Amino acid sequence: MSILKTFKIGGVHPPENKFSAGEAIKVLELPKQVIIPIAQSLGAPSKAIVAKGDEVKVGQLIAKGEAFISSNIHSSVSGKVLKLDDVMDQSGYRRPCIVINVESDEWEESIDRSEDLKAEITASKEEIIKKVQEMGVVGLGGATFPSHVKLMVPAGKKAEVLVLNGVECEPYLTADHRLMLEKADEMLVGIQILMKGLEVDRAVIGIENNKADAIAHLTQKVINYPGIEVVALKVQYPQGGEKQLIDAALGRQVPSGKLPIEVGAVVNNVGTAFAVYEAVQKNKPLIDRVVTITGKNLSATGNYIVRIGTSVNELIEKAGGLPENTGKVVSGGPMMGKALNKTDVPVVKGTSGVLVFEEDEAKRVEPSNCIRCAKCITVCPMGLEPVLIAQYAESELYENVEAEKAMDCIECGSCQYTCPAARPLLDYIRLGKFRVGQLIRNRSKK
Amino acid sequence: MNLLTVSGSPHVHGGNSTKKIMYAVVYAMIPALLVSVYFFGLDAIKVTLISVLACLFFEWLIQKYLIKGPSTITDGSAIVTGILLAFNVPSSLPIWIIIVGALVSIGIAKMSFGGVGKNPFNPALVGRVFLLLSFPVQMTNWPKPSVLFSGITDAVTGPTALGHLKEELGRGRTVSDIMENGTKMFVDGQEVIYQLPDYMDQLLGNMGGSLGEVSAIALILGGLYMLFRKVITWHIPVTYIGTVIAFTGILYLINPEQYINPGFHLITGGLMLGAIYMATDMVSSPMSTKGQLIFGLGCGLLTVIIRVWGAYPEGVSFAILIMNAFVPLINSGLKPKRFGEVVNNG
Repeated sequence: MSILKTFKIGGVHPPENKFSAGEAIKVLELPKQVIIPIAQSLGAPSKAIVAKGDEVKVGQLIAKGEAFISSNIHSSVSGKVLKLDDVMDQSGYRRPCIVINVESDEWEESIDRSEDLKAEITASKEEIIKKVQEMGVVGLGGATFPSHVKLMVPAGKKAEVLVLNGVECEPYLTADHRLMLEKADEMLVGIQILMKGLEVDRAVIGIENNKADAIAHLTQKVINYPGIEVVALKVQYPQGGEKQLIDAALGRQVPSGKLPIEVGAVVNNVGTAFAVYEAVQKNKPLIDRVVTITGKNLSATGNYIVRIGTSVNELIEKAGGLPENTGKVVSGGPMMGKALNKTDVPVVKGTSGVLVFEEDEAKRVEPSNCIRCAKCITVCPMGLEPVLIAQYAESELYENVEAEKAMDCIECGSCQYTCPAARPLLDYIRLGKFRVGQLIRNRSKK
Repeated sequence: MNLLTVSGSPHVHGGNSTKKIMYAVVYAMIPALLVSVYFFGLDAIKVTLISVLACLFFEWLIQKYLIKGPSTITDGSAIVTGILLAFNVPSSLPIWIIIVGALVSIGIAKMSFGGVGKNPFNPALVGRVFLLLSFPVQMTNWPKPSVLFSGITDAVTGPTALGHLKEELGRGRTVSDIMENGTKMFVDGQEVIYQLPDYMDQLLGNMGGSLGEVSAIALILGGLYMLFRKVITWHIPVTYIGTVIAFTGILYLINPEQYINPGFHLITGGLMLGAIYMATDMVSSPMSTKGQLIFGLGCGLLTVIIRVWGAYPEGVSFAILIMNAFVPLINSGLKPKRFGEVVNNG
């Protein structure tokens, strides 16, 4: 066997803890109520087009993305709109949401709910982009960038290869893994659709070697899909980072401050490819997604198809409820996920998993003096000096933070993970990036 | 339900700690300590123990009454400084001088800068050099190694190999003359012939010198352990030692009668101890790989310059301290390679 590919700078290998890898995807029961935030993607928030008391069906458009970078939102259930109100979402802030009481499970007639594989792609490039936009498909890896925007290659640039992110480098999470095993054909048709939309004839699926079954399964399948290849990658966090994945799979480095298209690459998550299949072939808007529920002492971990807007609580109940000694609940993975301050918040398009930590895992280690061991520098996948950026941010020297290329930081957390003095490096780097962002905006105003 | 903890990501930690790193260094020094007990007897244990206890005491005292912060003596860094200070002095050193050395190491070189991680210079070396300049007689009174409990008292002293060589070369003798014929010396009124230690003795540590520096093999063993535990990287020790070999090798090729062979430089004196345990001190060495290579190179050049042309027979301590002073400059000048900086799109 040849040496497995990986990215070239930095990286760490936290314990994988993929407890739910063997759990087949199940459908979570319909909740009694859904809370659907109207800002679920990067970019401008969408505009609600329903009012209190309206009857809605599954798949009905309820909020319209009007700006270029924004996305449509559809009802994930059928029932009556209870209210349009500010409700606390995963961020811990109260944000505009549409609250719908579930009454039945009546779908829009245009949606093809059959399980049959529809492999023939009839839509043209333009129709694909339009459909993806209409169906509210966004990047499901976590960044929730509207997918139709990624299909529109900027003038003067040319896409050469589509890179599919099947890395799932975050420990614990298994949603993409299960999807690759169980919905391989749908996903591969979705990839073909994306290839047609981008006008490329080559696609590379990057999968880490800890998912040997998915690698084998897809390698077998791609024989029937010309132009698509599977690349096995060495397990190394944060390989799922866009720039790291392009480096690992293609050996190309995206320049600082530039997008992947600069090196002819467009990256999409494998889950997104599946959503694109459903949108274009089945006319189904993005109203549900696969979510992993996991944790060391949950009685049952699993992977569930969850309607958008379902409370995180419902998932936790499905896993046997919160254990007595729960200390922290994280939306997403342990390295980049967001700690929730309460569990009755809605699952959104960007929710890849819910992770429950015990009390003693939840507390941070008390920080001590930096001993200048430079381990943070060694592991930084962007080749930055986290210790230096954090010190400048701590000292409020934001020009220096900018000069040290803090804006290149992808917030993967490898530095803080590896720090023997348990310094809160990423906290300070985030603060620094926020301030530098203000500096840059002020500068462009002048 | 309990309140949930909310904090920024990452939510997991790798489990490494300052304490683990420091204790790994302590474990790595055990072989060298055992060898020095074998050759220098219980004095070696006495000196080491007093040095460590004094370092811990001064750190506790200063932290409690001057800095008024939480005690840091359990993190192991004071133990490392204590052992390294002991390793850098003769085993016959009077107790009070060791305590003075510990006070300088911990009080001046470490705590006055803010404690662990803040010191620009290696604390043990600052203490050592302070003692060398202040108490030159006691600090160069080298007990002759004698196999453990052989009945020979520690009153028998002899020069270090480097010191002897420098003195005799200074008298106009040639290297081969010193090596082959030895040197007539008077010890306690009796004429004896002093021979430079042979290579096997040098490797094992059967020669005069500081407590912990004598056994190259034990020091390398500990170094490999630290490499394995990822406490140090190869960059500083390899460039440091490599530079010494290359530089002294060139000198040897120019005139073997004036300059002794590189192998001698390699395993005598404090080179191994300095290159593996002190130049690699995380706190006072550069952070980037490139910086560490420069640092090792500088240490190597300075060590040879001091050994061959300087006033002292040994230059490791001075070389490392001088290079410590350049670390901020090296750090600001040599940045790691940024992602996407050199675009290589094959």
